[in-house]
Amino acid sequence: MHGIGVFVCHCGSNIAATVDVKKVVEMARLEPGVVHAEEYQYMCSEAGQERIATAIREKNLKGIVVCSCSPRMHEATFRKCAEKAGLNPYMVEIANLREQCSWIHKDIEEGTEKAVILARAAIAKVSLNTSLLPGESRVTKRALVIGGGIAGIQTALDIADAGYEVDIVEKTPSIGGKMAQLDKTFPTLDCSACILTPKMVDAAAHERINLYTYSEIEKVSGFVGDFTVDIRKKARYVNMDKCTGCGVCMEKCPSKKALSEFNSGLNNRPAIYTPFAQAIPNVPVIDPTQCTKLKTGKCGICERFCQAGAIDYTQKDEIVTRKYGAIVVATGFEIIKLDNLEEYAYSQSKDVITSLELERIMNAAGPTKGHLERLSDGKAPKNIVFVQCVGSRCDESKGKPYCSKICCMYTAKHAMLIRDKYPDVNVTVFYIDVRTPGKNFDEFYRRAVEEYGVNYVKGQVGKVAPQPDGSLLVHGVDLLDGKQLKISADMVVLAAAVEPSPSVRKIATMLTASIDTNNFLTEAHPKLRPVESPTAGVFLSGICQGPKDIPETVSQAGAAAVKVVGLLAKDKLLTNPCTAKPDELMCNGCGSCANVCPYGAISYEVKEINDHGIRENRRVAVVNSALCQGCGACTVTCPSGTMDLQGFSNRQILAEVDAICR
Amino acid sequence: MKYSYYPGCTLRTKAKKLDDYARASAKALGFELEELEDWQCCGGVYPLSSDEIGSKLSSVRALNEAKVKGQELVTLCSACHHVIKRVNDDMKNVEDIRTRANNYLKLDEPYLGETEVLHFLEVLRDKVGFDEIKKKVVNPLTGRKIGAYYGCLLLRPSDIIAFDNPENPTIIEDFIRALGAEPVVYPYRNECCGGYISLKDNDLSKKMCNTVMDSAKGFEAEMLVTACPLCQYNLTKNTAGGVPVIYFTEILAEALGVKEEVDA
Repeated sequence: MHGIGVFVCHCGSNIAATVDVKKVVEMARLEPGVVHAEEYQYMCSEAGQERIATAIREKNLKGIVVCSCSPRMHEATFRKCAEKAGLNPYMVEIANLREQCSWIHKDIEEGTEKAVILARAAIAKVSLNTSLLPGESRVTKRALVIGGGIAGIQTALDIADAGYEVDIVEKTPSIGGKMAQLDKTFPTLDCSACILTPKMVDAAAHERINLYTYSEIEKVSGFVGDFTVDIRKKARYVNMDKCTGCGVCMEKCPSKKALSEFNSGLNNRPAIYTPFAQAIPNVPVIDPTQCTKLKTGKCGICERFCQAGAIDYTQKDEIVTRKYGAIVVATGFEIIKLDNLEEYAYSQSKDVITSLELERIMNAAGPTKGHLERLSDGKAPKNIVFVQCVGSRCDESKGKPYCSKICCMYTAKHAMLIRDKYPDVNVTVFYIDVRTPGKNFDEFYRRAVEEYGVNYVKGQVGKVAPQPDGSLLVHGVDLLDGKQLKISADMVVLAAAVEPSPSVRKIATMLTASIDTNNFLTEAHPKLRPVESPTAGVFLSGICQGPKDIPETVSQAGAAAVKVVGLLAKDKLLTNPCTAKPDELMCNGCGSCANVCPYGAISYEVKEINDHGIRENRRVAVVNSALCQGCGACTVTCPSGTMDLQGFSNRQILAEVDAICR
Repeated sequence: MKYSYYPGCTLRTKAKKLDDYARASAKALGFELEELEDWQCCGGVYPLSSDEIGSKLSSVRALNEAKVKGQELVTLCSACHHVIKRVNDDMKNVEDIRTRANNYLKLDEPYLGETEVLHFLEVLRDKVGFDEIKKKVVNPLTGRKIGAYYGCLLLRPSDIIAFDNPENPTIIEDFIRALGAEPVVYPYRNECCGGYISLKDNDLSKKMCNTVMDSAKGFEAEMLVTACPLCQYNLTKNTAGGVPVIYFTEILAEALGVKEEVDA
């Protein structure tokens, strides 16, 4: 192709410091088809884009190569710019001179040589580019929110308030999530339930919000604007329409040995239960692993006492299939298991507890009715030691490498609440650093130290040794004093690291949304697109994306909702034209491509084919371009070379390889 | 089942009983310990200098002999186990040490860490099985309250030694339970006795040993069992008024009814 323009960006010093951009321009001019080449400090700026547009118009360019940053960053920018200047946007190629060249090389000669080669490959490719036109797809005006904690509730409320239908799918029997388990919230110390339960009620009462509690995502297919999702409604064994929520069944149930999930396993619950008194919906479920009737066929007491006739032992799981335009992941977190951190003696002493367990102990509706007491003997503790960073900022063989972000603040909260309510209790906090970047956060921590007399010790705990008299000897180090410490305590509270809910892996796989090494969902861009997944139509809300506290979670939930609303407000979406295209004449209908297609985009049709004058009916591959994501798996699988990816044809790729190897 | 067996020097001298009881118990449990022909001292301490291979060669020779025989290598002394297991890991994973050790030894076939190293306790747990041992107990130690003393060498570094949870091990407790006795769990059972520091700074070792002993006594242990001759020495000599510290193989032999023939 004749009429190629090459635009080399300095990216300030990002590229220009390691790549001789003038040399790249010089070498590009020598490439076949290139009629224009120039460099500029910031090609993505308005002035830079204007230079490109002017060159396209004045030199009548047929295709352009922008040598700049990753296409993930600015491909869309330059395509738009080309389109405005009258060029088909798919006649633009990006040579990634930043992430794949200047940032990873130090030597300017090496960097320049590689930059020239990358530019050459892009020029070779663009000369084989063809104009492509995007198709259109419809948008289902309904959103799915996976997870009914504060993140999911807030996202759903914001979407619904903007006028769109939302379904919340929550795997436990009630919405509310972890926030419902908390006693007080920092930095204002208001009661968690008092600010959460009204939101739960709002969500349940909202005319555009539909709750699927005790339900899980089973299958996801489709794509942005048009997802089809199978939801498994687990059998509740209680008819939701009939149940009045009187609670008699829970009182009468003779099987009361199951550990209460809501109370962090500190006390028991019946086999038929709602997780907590303010549960929404206020309809119990029967835990089939605990129910005597379901296990042995004998009992039936709840059925006998239920005035409403709502108990139904024959209920089965039900799969409902629904369509959505957008999906928000709000699957939240769990705290890590402490098996690899046995030096804190969590499994060896009942008086070593996690902070979440302390929340339940401090809560008036908790297992001790809000009295601070030891779980071993019910005595009031006199010396409490808090250990921060238990499994956070930790060697990966034992815990998590990241900071869990919320522990410094909730530990300060616990310490302060205990000193306030029980002034004779000594409280010591071991910390690596106290991290309190948030509005009114540092003031809050300083109050714990200065007003409430909490003893903060910079250092870590090496061992918690249960003593014969029932006390706990905490071995630690005071780094500021340079001394080893042994502190006798009656209770040790561990600020255990948070980790994404284990269910997120399965959900991410179904959504083809990427996750990082710690199982947090990855954002489309860590700074500029923090609430979007790289998978179009999938959005992130809350801790599933990274550790965060309630104020941050609520902000992110709102941001995710706005993105969803922005998507649902559109009637049609433009589809990516870089999809697979079969050459029917060459296809022998072998089926290999359909086998490897992860999106189910390929099917087969019997068509009349005119093969050099011979007309016959043949089974040939057909691509549904709305489903095709352009991954290219079929093109490399096809034994006859029938499949080609538009915009990334085999000829184009090989031309790039040739150019690189030249 | 036949295993290659590396007793180590201390088991020939001071800790002879550790060895004798183990051999008799193995026989009673139906497996054979075939002593390596040419074993040499393991060095007693795993050398931490990364450019040093000389002090690792004796371990490699032992490991290679087991490999040539096609057997797993069983150790008994904690220190020997620690050294040999870590050297084996070096031979498997550290290219520099592997190359230099093989260049020096000029074996018929280079040794690449193929041998499986098992501590005698691991044989009991993973090969024989504690349930099986329970069945073969003829003198159950009913009513005896016995504390396990692990020390540090058997447990750490846990990713290489891979013996048990280093902070809350249970293997010796399970072993004690299998013999019919009651295991006493006390928090300092995995703390160091001081090891060789006993020679240089005896007071320090005394302090460390007393922490262990006081804790064990506090939890009402009537005796402690260990797999390490040096721990046994330190806990016995460096504490005052402590409970007896014996080798775990002794209570095994007793429960299996073979102790008397060894003592005779």
